[in-house]
Amino acid sequence: MLHIYCPYCEEMREEEEFSYAGEAHIARPLDPESLTDAQWGDYVFFRTNPRGLHHEMWNHAAGCRRYFNVTRDTQTYVIHETYKMGEQPSVTGEKP
Amino acid sequence: MSTKQDQCHRLEQGGRIDRSQPLTFTWNGKQYQGYKGDTLASAMLANGIKIVGRSFKYSRPRGIFGHGAEEANALMQLGVGKETIPNPRATQIELFDGLTATATNGWPSADFDLMEWVGKIGGKMMPPGFYYKTFMWPEKMWMTYEKFIRKAAGYGKASLEADPDIYDKLNRHCDVMVVGAGPAGLAAALEAGRAGKRVIIADEQDEFGGSLLASKQTINGQAAAAWAESAAAELAAMDNVLCLSRTTVFGYYDHNFLGALERRTDHEGMTAKSGSRQRIHRIRAHEVVLAAGALERPLVFANNDLPGVMLSGSVATYINRYGVVPGNRCVVMTTNDSGYQTALDITAAGRTVVAIVDTRQQPEGRLIEAARAAGIVIKAGHAVIEAQGSKQVTDALVAPIDAAGEQITGKPVSLSCDLIAVAGGWSPVVHLSCHTGSRPQWNDTIAAFVPGPSVQRQHLAGAVNGEYTTVGALQAGAQMGALAAGSEATTSYDCGDESVGLAQALYLVPHTKPVSRAPKQFVDFQNDVTAAGIELANREGFESIEHVKRYTAMGFGTDQGKTGNINGMAITAKNLGKTIAETGTTIFRPAYTPVTFGAMGGRDIGELLDPARHTAMHPWHVENGALFENVGQWKRPWYYPKAGETMQQALNRECMAVRNSVGILDASTLGKIDIQGRDAREFLNRVYTNAWSKLAPGKCRYGLMLKEDGMVFDDGVTACLDDNHFLMTTTSGGAAAVLSWLEMWHQTEWPELEVYFTSVTDQWATCSFSGPNARKVLAKLCDDVDLSAEAFKFMDWRAGTVAGVKARIFRISFTGELAYEVNVPANQGLYMWQQIVAAGAEFGITPYGTETMHVLRAEKGYIIVGQDTDGSLTPQDCGMHWIVGKNKDFSFLGKRSFTRPDTSREDRKHLVGLKPKDPTVVLPEGAQIVPDPKQPIPMDMLGHVTSSYWSECLGHGIALATVKSGHHKMGDTVYCPLADGRVLAAEICSPVFYDPKGERHND
Repeated sequence: MLHIYCPYCEEMREEEEFSYAGEAHIARPLDPESLTDAQWGDYVFFRTNPRGLHHEMWNHAAGCRRYFNVTRDTQTYVIHETYKMGEQPSVTGEKP
Repeated sequence: MSTKQDQCHRLEQGGRIDRSQPLTFTWNGKQYQGYKGDTLASAMLANGIKIVGRSFKYSRPRGIFGHGAEEANALMQLGVGKETIPNPRATQIELFDGLTATATNGWPSADFDLMEWVGKIGGKMMPPGFYYKTFMWPEKMWMTYEKFIRKAAGYGKASLEADPDIYDKLNRHCDVMVVGAGPAGLAAALEAGRAGKRVIIADEQDEFGGSLLASKQTINGQAAAAWAESAAAELAAMDNVLCLSRTTVFGYYDHNFLGALERRTDHEGMTAKSGSRQRIHRIRAHEVVLAAGALERPLVFANNDLPGVMLSGSVATYINRYGVVPGNRCVVMTTNDSGYQTALDITAAGRTVVAIVDTRQQPEGRLIEAARAAGIVIKAGHAVIEAQGSKQVTDALVAPIDAAGEQITGKPVSLSCDLIAVAGGWSPVVHLSCHTGSRPQWNDTIAAFVPGPSVQRQHLAGAVNGEYTTVGALQAGAQMGALAAGSEATTSYDCGDESVGLAQALYLVPHTKPVSRAPKQFVDFQNDVTAAGIELANREGFESIEHVKRYTAMGFGTDQGKTGNINGMAITAKNLGKTIAETGTTIFRPAYTPVTFGAMGGRDIGELLDPARHTAMHPWHVENGALFENVGQWKRPWYYPKAGETMQQALNRECMAVRNSVGILDASTLGKIDIQGRDAREFLNRVYTNAWSKLAPGKCRYGLMLKEDGMVFDDGVTACLDDNHFLMTTTSGGAAAVLSWLEMWHQTEWPELEVYFTSVTDQWATCSFSGPNARKVLAKLCDDVDLSAEAFKFMDWRAGTVAGVKARIFRISFTGELAYEVNVPANQGLYMWQQIVAAGAEFGITPYGTETMHVLRAEKGYIIVGQDTDGSLTPQDCGMHWIVGKNKDFSFLGKRSFTRPDTSREDRKHLVGLKPKDPTVVLPEGAQIVPDPKQPIPMDMLGHVTSSYWSECLGHGIALATVKSGHHKMGDTVYCPLADGRVLAAEICSPVFYDPKGERHND
């Protein structure tokens, strides 16, 4: 069971309080009508499925009800950071 | 019952048992005696009980083999009736007075078993993969085979009666969690405790001390067991340390979360006299010190499963801790120095060591010298290649072997004995470390797997890390305990000379015959896996250790490969010409030892399994005989049968009351979300398909919500309470998901919109009454609202006073009739319901439940999201083009998907009505729809029936269905072929069966 730091509550809480909400940083296109079917389909249906670092959204459903971002390793389940909606990850796996 | 027997194998003195407290127990119907402090296993051995069960596949007699969690044979059926517990190990059952146990298998008894002869004759015919090979074909016979396999296989039986005990679950938090209270664990906990950290230390046994309890060593000049007692006492006295004995840490999960099962009262009797019998501690720890120890490995030689073959360390434990000597003439078979200590212990207990058979050519060192000095015969460069005897060991066949341990180099001789103690080296208990995904690593020096690198904040101390000396365990424990606590170790330890010689790695003892011809050489006792079986699996192409495991069943069951796995992997490696490191291990999974379902359930059983939600009017529904239906967690009235009525009769009566006069429904469960803010209206525009810009206060509108793929996700009526204030209703089951959906879009994409969402489902109670007389009922209770059809139109809402209570009155309809929904604060819900029912009495107002609601709405073709839709229908597929806004500024959620090629296909499945050709027929919901039932199977499929009911007011069955291109097939005949052979014909029609012009609800 994961132990997750809610960046809004500023506390570690048990996974039971949270629900997973899919991949993070997928912005809704501002003008969907201008997209090709392939572009729209990519936004609606396609998600990365990495073995390793993954940026994902969680919802503190049984807490403050805020959505936030988590950088988690899908192989080890290590959570490297959590950060507020609208912020960018500091752990990206890319070499600086 | 026969008389009590003597404890013929009990020593005159010694052990940690309390001889002043004799206890009586019953094994397979016979009474025996043991002492307080015994395990069931030690008491059975004391009484000379040799055969404790029969093996899984070959029905061979089996005896007690170990002394703890590693025991694979002595699985018991403990207790009888509702208290019974299947499959605990006799080695882990503390003896109590009146304990009753039986063998879990063996027919007619474990001593004389008919299946043994089947096993002997059929043994050759039951190779690994036997079940896969034999019972695969024909497929439909599997169910028949399975019944027999289940009967023949398996061990104990669970009771079918309710468990009389209660169980608890607790959440715990600590700085340092110490798993295991042997020398390493005790030393670690002492350091962390002295450093002031919050510490939890858990051990599966009744006493802390682990191996020290059966040790003759000294620690800093103190006897080992005495040191353990004083260490345990020091820990118990610390306020910051929680000591959990009889507590098995069964699972180690992500982020240092551990599950530990505490057996509070199992040692006192079958049921707890007060409080909970067992409880699970859910522990979140900053740091974990694993000090789980090591288990001794058996040696794989012919007939090594005969009762009387035991682990060497277990023999020593029975002698030193329990004062029981399991045999009188013992052959010790060893590959390392630990067998020598056992031989010395046996000699000290006054019994005969026939010989120490050491596979090493030239063993030397402290313990070897001690054995020589005690006059024990040492046969170096020899091995026990076969145990002999029919039901128990009578002889050990001993032969010289070469240095590599692969060849017999001389003539075998037979040594008469009743006990063979085997010491094959030690396997660290890597199980817990594996639970979090860490792969064990092979260590050539100790010839064993040790825990590999872990991402957890995990520290290893003692034998679990391959450090087998007591002083090494103590020092590693102190060091790791201090490290985990962020302090410096305060104590150093001295245990005298513990030097040992180099061990030999020997995983399969050679025989004069090849493996496939020799008597069975067991690797995994619990699953009857032999060396020959593994060889066959390898020969048949199973090379991955995970495949070998599944094909042979090695490492399955409650044993989880505790003793057999390393030998099995090594044998596989040798067969494949690889190293053990290359072959690798299988991964051990929780639970380390079995956890009862009772403990896993804890208090979350019965009514507490899942919360039940009741509306404010629930007591009235109960009083008036409603039957209930689960809708999510809600208990909703299903229908209200009167005496003597069938369900259909009740539904017909309820339906006709609504159509002809008035009926009342508790609609409180509908999800209600209060939406406020300057941008609330804009927000609704974005999440609903239709336009909300011009909805005036006092008006309501039906809305459809889509996912971005364009598929219907939820629906409901939203009322404009004020310009910046709306009340959204959702489906009863979808309320939570819709709230999360709205919040997600607001927080992640449109935080600039000023809008607030509050769930008010529980705050409001809703009485929905419906029918031509609905207005007359309301008029009796409400005089401050103009109820005339012109002033208070369909899809309007008004604030008013109903029966003296301030209410919101919505004129909306899910039945197609004139209808009102009166919303009042939940506290007044029951009162309001009673007032409306009383006012409606003169019109025969009839309460109706969800089933009648379903019939009435289906007659009108109103969909139920989740029943008529399944996440694959667009509004257009549902025939609801009218609700899709054409001129909205914002591209609402899902809109762009309408023009995707797949979404705009003309031959998608459409929601239509179906009218059975035979008016008396009600199509079964879920029935498949085909165009031509005469086609050979598989037929062309068009769709399926989503809703189907008897319509009393129309006098025929009605159904809603999804049908390919259904909107273009009006009037076509389709067919539902049923499993019973009937084929029902129906005509595709509009889903609106009743009042197609909608005149009644506008009335």
